Order: sequence, then C-alpha cells, then structure tokens
Amino acid sequence: MRKQSVVVNAILTVLVAALAVLFLIPIVLTITNSLMSASEISSNYGVIFQTTDTGGKVFIADRVNLKLIPDMVSFSQYFTVLLKSPDYLMKFWNSVILVVPIVAFQLLVALLASYGFARFPGKLKGIVFFSYIIIMLMPYQVTLVPNYIVSEWLGILDTRWAIWLPGVFSPFSVYLLTKYMRRIPAAMIDAAKIDGAREWQIFTRVCAPLCKGMIFAVGILVFMDYWNMVEQPLILLRDDSLHPLSVFLSKINEGEVGLAFAVATIYMVPSLLIFLYGEEYLVEGITYQGGIKG
Amino acid sequence: MRKDRGVRYLMPSLFGVSMFFIIPFGVVIYYALIDSPVRKEFVFLDNIIKVLNNAAFQMAAKNTFTFSVTAVPLAVVLSLLLALILERSIPLRSQFRTAFLSPMMVPVASVILIFQVLFHHNGAVNEGLAVFGVDKIDWLKSEYAMLVVVLMYLWKNLGYNMILFMAALGSMPKEMLEVAWLEGASSFQTFRYIKLRYLSPTILFVTIYSLINSFKIFREVHLLTGNYPFDTLYTLQHFMNNMFEKLNYQRLSAAAIIMSAVMIVIIGALFLIENYYGKDVEG
Repeated sequence: MRKQSVVVNAILTVLVAALAVLFLIPIVLTITNSLMSASEISSNYGVIFQTTDTGGKVFIADRVNLKLIPDMVSFSQYFTVLLKSPDYLMKFWNSVILVVPIVAFQLLVALLASYGFARFPGKLKGIVFFSYIIIMLMPYQVTLVPNYIVSEWLGILDTRWAIWLPGVFSPFSVYLLTKYMRRIPAAMIDAAKIDGAREWQIFTRVCAPLCKGMIFAVGILVFMDYWNMVEQPLILLRDDSLHPLSVFLSKINEGEVGLAFAVATIYMVPSLLIFLYGEEYLVEGITYQGGIKG
Repeated sequence: MRKDRGVRYLMPSLFGVSMFFIIPFGVVIYYALIDSPVRKEFVFLDNIIKVLNNAAFQMAAKNTFTFSVTAVPLAVVLSLLLALILERSIPLRSQFRTAFLSPMMVPVASVILIFQVLFHHNGAVNEGLAVFGVDKIDWLKSEYAMLVVVLMYLWKNLGYNMILFMAALGSMPKEMLEVAWLEGASSFQTFRYIKLRYLSPTILFVTIYSLINSFKIFREVHLLTGNYPFDTLYTLQHFMNNMFEKLNYQRLSAAAIIMSAVMIVIIGALFLIENYYGKDVEG
C-alpha cells in the first residue's frame, strides 16, 4: 500500500481528537452532573426553564455555569430517583415494555419482507419498495394524522397497541435488510437448491443466518430511535401513566433539573450496554461478509 | 408459479404498512380535498392552493428547505471525510469511532439542556468567543439560530454516517486500489475515480438516511424553542404540529401532501442520479 506521511497523520490525529472531545462533551456532562447534589446543581443552573402557554419552554436564567467536575461527588440524586420516587422506575418500565416488542417484531416482519423483496424482484415489487422508502422518509408530523385516525378506528387509541403496531410495521428495517439481502450471491442460493433445500429452508438456513450481523445493527438503530421517542406517546397515549421515560424526561422543568441528569444517566444505561456489546455489529454488521464474493 | 411466492414473505409487512401508512394516507388525501370534516364538500385543490399562499407555510417551507440543503450535504461530506481520515493508520481509531457515535446514546432531554446552557446568552460558547473579542450573541433568538440547529444535527448524525462509509471503504476490493497505485494514480485520482464511484450506492444511502434524520431534528428544536420559535427556525413540522393542535386537518393534510410530493421528486431524482452514475460499478 501507499506510504502515508507521518506529519499528515499527526496533524489529522490532533484534529480528530479535538473533534472527538467536542462530541463527548454532552455525554460526559450528563454523567458528571448527575453526581452533583441538588444544591450544587441549582447554584450552577438556577431556575432554567419556564413552561410557556404555547407549550414550549423558555430559558429564563440569566447566568448559567457549565460545570464539568462536581465539587463533591454525591449520589443524592440517584437516591431520590431510585428510592424516593417510584414514578421514575415505572416510566422506565413503560419504556422497556413499549420498545422491546417493537424492536423484536419489527425485525421479524422486516426479515420476512426483505427476503420477499430481495429474492423475488419484480416491477410491482419495485414500486412497492419505492413507496416504502417514501413512507420511511415522511417526517413524523406527516404520519401523525393517519396514525391517529387508524388508532381511533381500531379502538386502540390510549393503549400501548397504538405505539406498538405502527412501530412493528415501520418500513425502516425492511429497507435496510433488503439492501443487505440483495447482496447474497445467487450462487449460494442455487447451491442450497441443488442440495434440495426448499424455499423456506433457504430463508431460514441460508439467508437469515447470513444477515445476522445486519439484524443486530438494524436492531440497535431501531432501539435507539424508539428508546428516545417523544412525539408518538404524546399524541397517541393521553394517559400519562403509560408514557415512557423519554417523554417524561423531555418535560424537565424548574425544580427537576438536578434529577434530570440522574434520570438521563439511568436512561442511558441500556443504550450504553448495547453500544458496549454491539458497537462491532454496527460496523461489521453493515459490511457484507457472507462467502463467495465479499 | 415462482413469481408470486415472494408475496408470502411480504404479506405481514404489506398488511401492516397498508393498514398503518397507505390507507390512512388515502384518508389524508381525502381530508385535503374536502372543506371541513363536518360538511364534507369537495373543494379539490382549494386547500392546497390556500396552504401554498399561506405566509406561515411559505416561511416554514423556505426554512425547512434551507436547513435540509445545508445540513444534509454537510453531513454526507463531513462524515465521508472523517471515514477517510479514520481509514488511515492513526492511533486510537476505535476510541475515536466510539466518541463520534456517543451522541446517539444521549437522551433528548440532556441534549436540550446542554445545548441550552452552551448557547445561552451568558453560556459557555459566548464566554469562549469573548476571549477573541466577539460580542455576545443570543444564539437561539438570532439569525444564528439555524446554525446552532445545524451543529446539533451534525453532532448527532456524523458518527453513524461515518460508520456507514467506513463499512463501505472497508469492503472495497484492495486489488483495485493496488492497480491504480501501480499505474501511478495520485491519491486524489484514486479517490475521484475509484473510491467515489465505488461509494456511490453508500452516498445515496447516507443521503437518504441523513434526510430522514434532518426531519427528526424537529424534536430537539421543538423542545428547545416551543411552538413558535425564532422566525428562521419555524419549519414545516412546526406548521403541521400547530395545525394538528388547532385541529385544522384540512391544512395539515394539504401541507403533508405538498411535502410528500416534493419528497417523491427528490428521492426519484436521487435514484436516477445513482443509476446513471453508479451503474458500471458493482454495488
């Protein structure tokens, strides 16, 4: 391979390192600030938000102080969140119960569909696939009314089904998995056929296993997306007690800023774990690795 | 016989997508064509024309367009650059990769809180700029508001885009690059004629993915600034959101249809470009 200039690499390393630090600031701040006591938080941030009639929040503090390292590490915020207010834990559970089925079933439905799209191409399927892409691109505000109308028709408004069902059938993972599935060489499928595999076996024994890495990668993306949902529950679940923690977190106001960091940190734990164990999948999963021509 | 066997696999998805996206979208079209959900009289394109002439809609469309046209290409180009840099033999590559991906994990609430504090009138960014003698800027309530949102968007999305490019670069046949190198191609030529062409399906994909995410940043903007933000931040999503809250389904539907139409044109064009440009390389 071509030799790389040491000087250029050194300069690039410094630049990338500086950028990486900037990227890390929010996550580091969230964690360190969660270790501050309530009084330290309020002396730094004061009264920050005021909820206005128009539904937004206005930033009202005139002096803010971004502090990276707490004066004294205190777990008092965690103590409050975990022991004194069961509400947060309930919301956390709400998040889990909303998101996990969506991820699992969206992947299942999408895996089947992507096999259909990739293995049996056709003009009509091409058009259907294109419309999937368009649906996938629609901002949530466009699908808002349709979702609402259907939920009302089906009588699932204000129940978890109103979040689950549109989530399970979201075309996002169909698109990603189809693109991946198309790269499986026809020769591999032909080989399976010669060995006497039936269509269903080709799917379960050849194609689906080849997509394993990609399934994990897509699963991570879908999880991240729904774990941080805000709009859907606000509109489709008027019953607050069903709301996930992400909605609750987004409503942080005056007195709860300190808690917000601790709650946010707790909320990040599943994401952090997934990243810790799944980052390789995010990278390698996307790269096609299944035999013959890589 | 063989032809319709794939349909079996498509059934669950097709059923759900029709139920929750396609049929309801028909209802949206219906709403856009009638005068009110009570009288149900057909007015055809009246709603659409009214919305097109609406000053708030025009402002929202302009802002949304400006944002997407700025942020999406930036997200594509910068993440490609990062991927190319991380492809080189520099130290700490996997740590950098993790750092760039970290924004995906931060909950929206913390993002908002931290951006508020950073870009506050007396916040860290202004303090930093003061060192260079720059006057205080009220970021979110000025012409610079859009810049803050673009930065936030890039911060959130560069990492994953970069990963997609790294994956594509990693799977590029090494022999091709070796040959180019032996033939005496400069690194720019290698990039321009080999890597870029080989990457074109990935570029299309990253563009589409960035476009989706450019609409999702509304969540942050909305939580950051409410229903009626500074003028330059008022996007189509604000318009639709406000119409939804006012129960004005006709206008909301009309706006949704206009937006969909524009989107179909854009995506169609992207696919044509990709077909034309990337046909001769396998992808």
